[in-house]
Amino acid sequence: MAPENKIDKEKMVVVEGSYAVAHATKVCRPNVISAYPITPQTHIVEDLSQFMADGEIPNCEYINVESEFSALSALVGASAAGARCYSATTSQGLELMHEVLFNISGMRLPVVMTIANRAVSAPISIWNDHQDAISQRDTGWLQLYAENTQEISDMTAQAFKISEDKDILMPSMVCMDGFILSHVYEPIVLLEQDLTDEFLPAFEPEHVLDPKNPMSFGAFADPNYYTEFRYLQEQAMQKSLKKIEDVANEFYDVYGRYYGGLIDEYRTDDADIIIMAMGSIIGTIKDVIDKLRDRNVKVGLLKVRSFRPFPVEAIKGALKDAKVVVVLDKNISLGLNEGALFTETKSSLYNTKLDMPIIGYMVGHGGRDIKVDLIEKIVDDAKEVIKTGITIESQFTDLKEELL
Amino acid sequence: MKSLLAPGHRGCAGCCDAMAAKFTLMGAGEDCIVINPTGCLEVMTTPFPETAWDVPWIHSLFENAAAVGSGIEAALKALGKKGNTKVVVMGGDGATLDIGMRSISGAFERGHDLTYVCIDNEAYMNTGVQRSGATPFSASTTTSPAGKVSFGNDRPKKNMPAIMVAHGAPYVATTSIGYPKDMINKVKKAVDIEGPTYIHAHAPCTTGWGFDTSKTVEVAKMAVQTGLWPLYEVEEGEVTKVRKIGKNVKPVEDYLKMQRRFSHLFKMEGGLEEIAKIQALADKNIEVYGL
Repeated sequence: MAPENKIDKEKMVVVEGSYAVAHATKVCRPNVISAYPITPQTHIVEDLSQFMADGEIPNCEYINVESEFSALSALVGASAAGARCYSATTSQGLELMHEVLFNISGMRLPVVMTIANRAVSAPISIWNDHQDAISQRDTGWLQLYAENTQEISDMTAQAFKISEDKDILMPSMVCMDGFILSHVYEPIVLLEQDLTDEFLPAFEPEHVLDPKNPMSFGAFADPNYYTEFRYLQEQAMQKSLKKIEDVANEFYDVYGRYYGGLIDEYRTDDADIIIMAMGSIIGTIKDVIDKLRDRNVKVGLLKVRSFRPFPVEAIKGALKDAKVVVVLDKNISLGLNEGALFTETKSSLYNTKLDMPIIGYMVGHGGRDIKVDLIEKIVDDAKEVIKTGITIESQFTDLKEELL
Repeated sequence: MKSLLAPGHRGCAGCCDAMAAKFTLMGAGEDCIVINPTGCLEVMTTPFPETAWDVPWIHSLFENAAAVGSGIEAALKALGKKGNTKVVVMGGDGATLDIGMRSISGAFERGHDLTYVCIDNEAYMNTGVQRSGATPFSASTTTSPAGKVSFGNDRPKKNMPAIMVAHGAPYVATTSIGYPKDMINKVKKAVDIEGPTYIHAHAPCTTGWGFDTSKTVEVAKMAVQTGLWPLYEVEEGEVTKVRKIGKNVKPVEDYLKMQRRFSHLFKMEGGLEEIAKIQALADKNIEVYGL
């Protein structure tokens, strides 16, 4: 059973999601922040800039770089020199960082970066979907997805703790839906400095660029050695599965707030239909589930917090009694006609004794609103699948026929 | 003086990179951190699990060494570890004039306290002699080969030092591995100046240019003595020092003859006119810098 959240209403303030992230980053005591503005991430780095201008982040250097490519490149050096490092980006900016993403995870540098998820061009779109981060899924970064502004704030501190663990040392993307969470004002409890200091100790790397003890970083590895580096990265990813859960519990112990570990479940105990999704759509789905439960539809939710590492065992455990699984994806792997969460969930269940039908829907691309009645219609489809089996495995939905 | 680049690296005999790295370290001293973009120097000095570097060293990517250096400098400051530690980037001409240009421009505009040393062997030597923005006029490379209707690379070298001067760098200098003292002293001067400083070191490559492995220094000196590679310093935007050639100036022909990459100019019809164009470039340098 998930512990009950103890949110102190006296401490609640109404802030923008971006401010919540910037504030969380500040109390995590970063040493180097580098960033390049890009919608809808910009408010985060603006708020951090203001904190710097007001002298509120001690022992920190803020670098206004000339591109996202250099934003992350600067953190390669800064992290290797022993600094706790932070950046934020989205969409094209994240895609521009692609090569550096591999570099950071390969050098085992525990950088934390917020992604205000946004569609990728062309056509250009500044609105939310998950294509940007999903397209970087194989870069060796942890990917955690938040449901609301409270969670994105708290997840930021959790990410530093997970990434900097000596057994892990893998970077993290902390993903929030662009605009939907980055620009929304909600009442939340901001992270407190004293509690955060207790939760998150200073980053103490074992390997540092230090003239007193010279080391070489990023050496050239021929075929005799490269494979082992990749293997060790994957081992660290596998270890992070437990670490993510442990840190969620440690966070609860200090702050009294919990959102699930690798996944979270909502009304799944007796559910025939389980909907899987990530990010801010979770709130809408919960409302639909409450409504349908009133009509005795046995439907529940599996919220995926950690997309990387992919929580295969946790997902198998949560789905084992479902009669049908519905996966909603705000992304598509072009050429497969499937979203990534759908594909990977199917893949997780193959070669197991679980054999329930799984259907996938690609929704909300480029910021299209996902409405309650759309999810209700999808649940109706799922009911039909229980009765008659799968007719369409994966599909776009809510298409405007007149544009096709 | 102890060498901070260990022998036993995998550079070619007569390798210009090894010399350039060694001279740079002699100027920077042991309290430095080196950033090295992709290229021969990186590959030949750090085949895992070996390293030739006796200073902290990092390779990240081809195009981001200056940004990585920015981050290291920022981290040292934030952590209160800056002290006297020098941040030194050593990049080849491809990593500097071409793919790394944006990152260098950003780092210099932001005024990070680092020294960037470009080791210019005038083409992509690590991958087999392809042209770069630093390849000189009429040089034959594998991607700008001389042929029936071509004399090779049809553009002059990009004037990188001038671009760095335009960035407002407090110190920009050209040097050559043919003049070790000149190079060591300029690096020493650069690292002691606060802010972003730039040194462009001419570095003939025995393999890529096609000359005997014993001739690296001789070829390097000849580039300077013809006026093709002037050695000068620019402080706060003003040329403050120039290495004079005086009466000892050599014709470019003598320099070109030493190298396979220009050999077509001596065989092809019209080659002499091309050599005259190269001589004009040298003459211009002699005039502009008062060599």
